Amino acid sequence: MSRLVVILHCIFVLLMHFNAEAKSLHVGRGQVYSDIKSALAQSAAYDTIFVHSGTYAEGNIEIKKPLTIIGLSYPVIDGKGKYEMVSVRASHVEFNGFILRNSGYASLDDPAAIKLYGSNYSKVINNILEDNFFGIYIQYGKHCLIKNNKILAHGIEEQRIGNGIHCWKSDSLQIIANSISGHRDGIYFEFVTNSVIWRNYSSKNVRYGLHFMFSHQDAYYTNVFSDNGAGVAVMFTKGVMMANNVFEHNWGDAAYGILLKEISDSYIIGNKFRNNTSGIYMEGASRIILEKNTFISNGWAMKVQASCMDNIIEANNFLSNTFDMGTNGTLVLNQFKSNYWDKYEGYDLNGDGFGDVPYHPLSLFSVISENNPSAMLLFRSFIMSLMDRSEKIMPSLTPDNFKDEQPLMHQLNYD
Amino acid sequence: MIEINGLNKKFGKLQVLDNVSLGFNKGECVALIGPNGCGKTTLIKSILGMVVPDSGSIHFDGKDVKHQHAYRERIGYMPQIGRYPENMSIERILTTVQSLRGYTGELDSDLMQHFNIKAIADKRMRTLSGGTTQKVSACLAFMFNPDVLILDEPTAGLDPLASEILKEKIIEEKSKGKLILITSHLLSELDDLVTSIVFMQEGTIKFHLPVQELLQSTSESKLSKAIASVLRQENAFKHATSNQLQS
Amino acid sequence: MNKITRFVITDIVRNKIMIVYALLLAALSWGVFSMEDNVSKGMLTILNLILLNVPLVAVIFSTIYLYNSSEFIELLLSQPVKRSRIWWSLFSGLQLALLLAFVLGAGIPILIFSPDALGITMLLVGVMVNAIFVALAFLGSILTRDKAKGIGMAIMLWLFFALLFDGLVLFLLFQFSDYPIEKVMVVISTLSPIDLSRILVLLQMDVSAMMGYSGAIFREFFGTTSGIGICFTILLLWIAVPFLISLRKFNRKDL
Repeated sequence: MSRLVVILHCIFVLLMHFNAEAKSLHVGRGQVYSDIKSALAQSAAYDTIFVHSGTYAEGNIEIKKPLTIIGLSYPVIDGKGKYEMVSVRASHVEFNGFILRNSGYASLDDPAAIKLYGSNYSKVINNILEDNFFGIYIQYGKHCLIKNNKILAHGIEEQRIGNGIHCWKSDSLQIIANSISGHRDGIYFEFVTNSVIWRNYSSKNVRYGLHFMFSHQDAYYTNVFSDNGAGVAVMFTKGVMMANNVFEHNWGDAAYGILLKEISDSYIIGNKFRNNTSGIYMEGASRIILEKNTFISNGWAMKVQASCMDNIIEANNFLSNTFDMGTNGTLVLNQFKSNYWDKYEGYDLNGDGFGDVPYHPLSLFSVISENNPSAMLLFRSFIMSLMDRSEKIMPSLTPDNFKDEQPLMHQLNYD
Repeated sequence: MIEINGLNKKFGKLQVLDNVSLGFNKGECVALIGPNGCGKTTLIKSILGMVVPDSGSIHFDGKDVKHQHAYRERIGYMPQIGRYPENMSIERILTTVQSLRGYTGELDSDLMQHFNIKAIADKRMRTLSGGTTQKVSACLAFMFNPDVLILDEPTAGLDPLASEILKEKIIEEKSKGKLILITSHLLSELDDLVTSIVFMQEGTIKFHLPVQELLQSTSESKLSKAIASVLRQENAFKHATSNQLQS
Repeated sequence: MNKITRFVITDIVRNKIMIVYALLLAALSWGVFSMEDNVSKGMLTILNLILLNVPLVAVIFSTIYLYNSSEFIELLLSQPVKRSRIWWSLFSGLQLALLLAFVLGAGIPILIFSPDALGITMLLVGVMVNAIFVALAFLGSILTRDKAKGIGMAIMLWLFFALLFDGLVLFLLFQFSDYPIEKVMVVISTLSPIDLSRILVLLQMDVSAMMGYSGAIFREFFGTTSGIGICFTILLLWIAVPFLISLRKFNRKDL
């Protein structure tokens, strides 16, 4: 946190310094410049360009020097479905207060509403992006801030829409308080390190609300991911901090709250998983600490595949999930302790708050259907509830060591 | 009025009716007699369509009764053991049957009066004794002025008084020119009623004779004795033939 | 409505068991909906309730009623009434009376809490299952004269479709787990009206997503309008075939 403060402080001091000798240029009807490109041509580094309201369809606008470009009363930059509207090829650029709509739709060079090419210390803030292929695209960026943008598209097919905020091979980014919907992936991270994603709202995207690959030492806090085609995917990454997020309403044949694939040494803390087909789906995940999360009304609260090991699942609430757990193996190398399971029917004679008999979170039907997916045909049938009941009383088919030795008697209050 | 031709019926392997042919006319009062299990009731039920014969035909007023039901409007049937919905009251039974038949003519309520059914009309069927149930059956059979009355053991279970009332009613109906079919094994009961006798044994008709003829040929004055003597003759004949075969 | 049907209905409606049944359904349905904060969860509970209890009551009540009506049937047969009409009247009487109990008991709360495609499907499925098991009761009770045997058969029928059939399906699934048998399973599931009904309703609900790949195949078949049409046709056949066989047998029965 302190590093962040230092960085912000530096930026602030630098800007104050340069502003002293920078000039302002005005673009708009009745202003000095009638279009943005001519103002750009006349500007010097660290100038500020004010763009007054109006619609500007100038094809591709390239920003090649450190500039502050501010839209007054949301001027519109229209790409007419052909162009990438803004290409930032310099550092220290601030782009603030525009409506950007209708970017080009070529799939080869991934046109975006605004793309940052190797830019450092740039900011994209307070913009509204509508119906673009990609929204905000960062490659080889460092210390950039993407904040308070509303990114909206109406994608239907995965192949014909890009990502809302796309970050590639970057470092130390801050993605804060954006709302993204209708894109392929809401936020996309590939080879992005030491970055933070905070207070974003990513919903109704065609594929993932957040897509995370090969991005180490990142954190995402207090985001809401809801109604995305497949939820959130975090893959091939280590050292991720996932805290206080909400993952909800990701329903579908292959939808998850979070899909964790080949993740290690990470934390999943204080999140809420609500109404997902699977709250968390873990595959090849190891050394993850999962604690103080709440799982409510999911199909499966967690699906922990046999390839997962050394994970600790502690002090979580499991409430009204159809199945608390699913797994495909019999070997259990993960640790469950002191969670609250609403399906627990044990007792607490010594009154220490922990149930005296272990809880087996794996129901028989969950095991059967994992090994034999067709058995889901018998979902909600009488025979299955009967078999589950008898299995609870006398476990025989479910892995014996898949259990919580000290289940809590009362729900933990994390609200 | 009723013509039966070559009727056959098997219950499993048991031949209950074996090529039975009979004819009954108006104004007759026929007694169907024979030992238990000789096929009397099955024959009656066949006429009523409750038992479906394997082969043969039954004509009612010249019309084949197979798969028909309308002809039953003209039959009053009193079963051997009346079985009624247990929860229905007597009155309900009577009105239900009346509405089912769609009968609009004048009801014959003689028996109801004589049996004093009104006093117990609201009683449920399951609370009734066997005799009272029989009374209800009798009432139902006579109530709709049918042309044909089929009475299966009508006096069994009735007390002597009720039995006498019923007999008088039968005679009265006979005099109106109706066809009456009675089965009974109490031969003495039938003396002053019947005009002809059908004797059945093991599903076949042993004889079908007018009463006068029967009495004359056996020179007996009582029906029961006459029948007994006929049977003795038959047995003697049988014995004779079987003895002949053995020797 | 003809006289016999009307008679049967009034007879059943006055029956205490039927009143208790309707009240029980109502109590359970209202109870479930008021206890579950989530309507779709309530619907899942109701689904189990319907698929378990409705067939049980329908088949056993109808069987017992038919055996107890043997006297009435006999009485009717000696009257100028067509045989098939007697059987039809009993059938429609029982159907309507049980339907009434179901709709009053469970139907009203279902439609109040879920006035959408799901609620309507649930109601239709309940009506169908009800009718199917009445029809099966007619078939069962015509096959044997003995009341004890008949009731035993009714219980077996219910047990078979509610439990044993699924056990059999599970067994098949394990035996042939190495083969792609989803499509075969579509066919097999039509052999049990209870399974077919359950799948029909589940596909209308969110939880169908949990059925995964097999669910997707089912949706491909049952999810389309023609698929739903086929399903309801199959359910109708489940009503018609047993009843028509029983009607044929009744027309030839000796009483």
